[in-house]
Amino acid sequence: MEKVLQWSAATLAVCAYSSMAAAQQADNSMNPAISMVLQGQYADYKQDPEVYELPGFMLAGEAGLAEAGFGLGHGELVMSSNIDDLYFGKLTLAIAEHEGATEIELEEAYIETLGLGSGLTVKAGRFFSNVGYLNSQHTHAWDFADAPLVYRGLFGNQLIDDGIQLRWLAPTDIFLQVGAEMGRGERFPAGGASDEGKGSQAFFIELGGDVGVSHSWQLGVSHWSAEIAGRQSGGHAHDGGAVEIPSYTGDSDVTAVDVVWKWAPDGNFAQRNLKLQFEYFKRDEDGSVELENSGPPVETTTYQGKQTGWYAQAVYQFKPQWRVGVRYDSLESDNTGSDADVLGEAGLDDEGHKPERTSIMFDYAHSEFSLVRLQFNQDKSYETADDQIYLQYVMSLGAHGAHQF
Amino acid sequence: MQNLKWLIGACIFCIALPSQAALQIFACEPEWASLSETLGGDKVKVYSATTAKQDVHRIQARPSLIAKMRRADLVVCTGAELETGWLPLLLQRASNRKVQPGQPGYFMAAEQVERLDIPHVVDRSMGDVHAGGNPHVHLDPHRVAEIARHLAERLAQIDSANAGFYQSRLADFEQHWQAAIESWQQKSEALKGLPVVVHHKDWRYLLDWLGMKEIATLEPKPGLPPNASHLARLKKQMEEQRAAMILRSAYQDNRPSEWLADKADIPAVELPYTVGGSDAANDLFGLFDDTLARMLKAIKQ
Repeated sequence: MEKVLQWSAATLAVCAYSSMAAAQQADNSMNPAISMVLQGQYADYKQDPEVYELPGFMLAGEAGLAEAGFGLGHGELVMSSNIDDLYFGKLTLAIAEHEGATEIELEEAYIETLGLGSGLTVKAGRFFSNVGYLNSQHTHAWDFADAPLVYRGLFGNQLIDDGIQLRWLAPTDIFLQVGAEMGRGERFPAGGASDEGKGSQAFFIELGGDVGVSHSWQLGVSHWSAEIAGRQSGGHAHDGGAVEIPSYTGDSDVTAVDVVWKWAPDGNFAQRNLKLQFEYFKRDEDGSVELENSGPPVETTTYQGKQTGWYAQAVYQFKPQWRVGVRYDSLESDNTGSDADVLGEAGLDDEGHKPERTSIMFDYAHSEFSLVRLQFNQDKSYETADDQIYLQYVMSLGAHGAHQF
Repeated sequence: MQNLKWLIGACIFCIALPSQAALQIFACEPEWASLSETLGGDKVKVYSATTAKQDVHRIQARPSLIAKMRRADLVVCTGAELETGWLPLLLQRASNRKVQPGQPGYFMAAEQVERLDIPHVVDRSMGDVHAGGNPHVHLDPHRVAEIARHLAERLAQIDSANAGFYQSRLADFEQHWQAAIESWQQKSEALKGLPVVVHHKDWRYLLDWLGMKEIATLEPKPGLPPNASHLARLKKQMEEQRAAMILRSAYQDNRPSEWLADKADIPAVELPYTVGGSDAANDLFGLFDDTLARMLKAIKQ
């Protein structure tokens, strides 16, 4: 009798447990796909990274160098899911250390339609702009440990805005996509959320296709413009005085061209493949710069900015798991204004220098989900050349990442 | 005379119409492209996203694929997470409502049949395992037959005007397929019970059907390329437990299997794996004919 009781109690317990598990599973089955990225690096510099500058460009955002020595990179927590049969949603939290404090930033938070019909897609929320090629890719998908100089100089690494994107995919054999974005224009390199919170616009056109079975390519032309009311960049203090912060107000126009070419024998990327990538950016600005907290009177100048930059890179996977890459960066600026001293204090004087950088990297991906990278830069961003070494890891946890082109 | 012109015009229109209205099918792999063509005949226009020379785990969502999916009426893929790195991204970028999950235009072949090796525990330390079980179902002809029935049904649902056509194509296919299975089973008697080494676990269903035994894989973990220390271990294993052959597909590196074949004196066999993987594997019938012919040739040597 006792045995029977024990047995039935055990059965009941098992039943209760399994129905609980089933209920839990049913609850969890609608959970979003969750993935995480862990990054970290060891950085070694010949020069002090604190004095880094890019003459002729106002630096802000995440544009500086990583701290010397051991440091955590940009961690990410990503959640995404179809919302219903019409919408998809995604949230990306970026977790980073800034001067000893942990900062959590909302990097992406957007919804997107799943086929409105006629090839139209609407995206809304906070998202990476489709300007350029690399801009819409997360740092963990980059082929190098740091952003191209032109992204650092123009966008503070990446162009992100809150707004709306409309794009149309043509019903053609060749890939042809056109799109437009309208954004709030509050985040760097815009600022001030002008025009009642509709301060930035972008347009893009993309073409792409295959050549035979082994080659594929993509070509993009894009344009970004904003009306900027007070774009702040990194400031500096004069002997005990308040920190003077350069602030730009005026128009900004960026035009970009990007080309990507990929090759893999028989189109089989698992064995060997080569990726060639080139991007060119040109920015024209017309307005004024003032140094906040200076004076009185506040120091100010008119500003006509002409900045261009490009980079070219090649990454070759010579056998499964192993890749080698080279990159060359070049920037140029020709900025003028009514007060050259103020321009100089704002970092907009090119100091007769054309920033350039040469990089070489090796990486090893044990599986699709892990990567260890060693990178050398010869960085001539400013007058004094710097030798930089990065040893980095990039690890993906959770839901399988997407194989972007 | 004027009437004749109209008549000719109308006739051209009639002839042109069927090709205009052909169902656009986007197949992720050549085996499903071939099955779709077999069942759809001239009522469908099929595009295969990959070839037999490509590792389908590692495909990128390249622009040409997005453009093709944009115009598809039906997407026929393996599913069960095989294309997890690129199919969801294509679906998202292609902006085509007809082929989204849950729509009739979304057909996942492996999800129509029972799958083997569904893991109780999934962890990435086990390699690139699929929580939905082994997805490489197309090398079991019985499962192919079951998938064909479901696919014909789906074609009839999407293109109901030609429902009868698809049903008769299916009946025709089934008749030939059943006869072929019988002949393959007779031919493959000699293979039954033989132990084999495989490059990747993509022969699971073929070996299960033929009653063969997989005793080792060249990959140390699913998705990780073979390395020297693992191959050395396999060489030792072969001294105690000899395999009849080492199998690889057309898209896999031939060096690891050739190395082990040489060291352990076991034949290495390259099988077509899918349609287009060899000259003889020009459709699903040719695929199985050639697969068996190559394996039988290896054991005769």
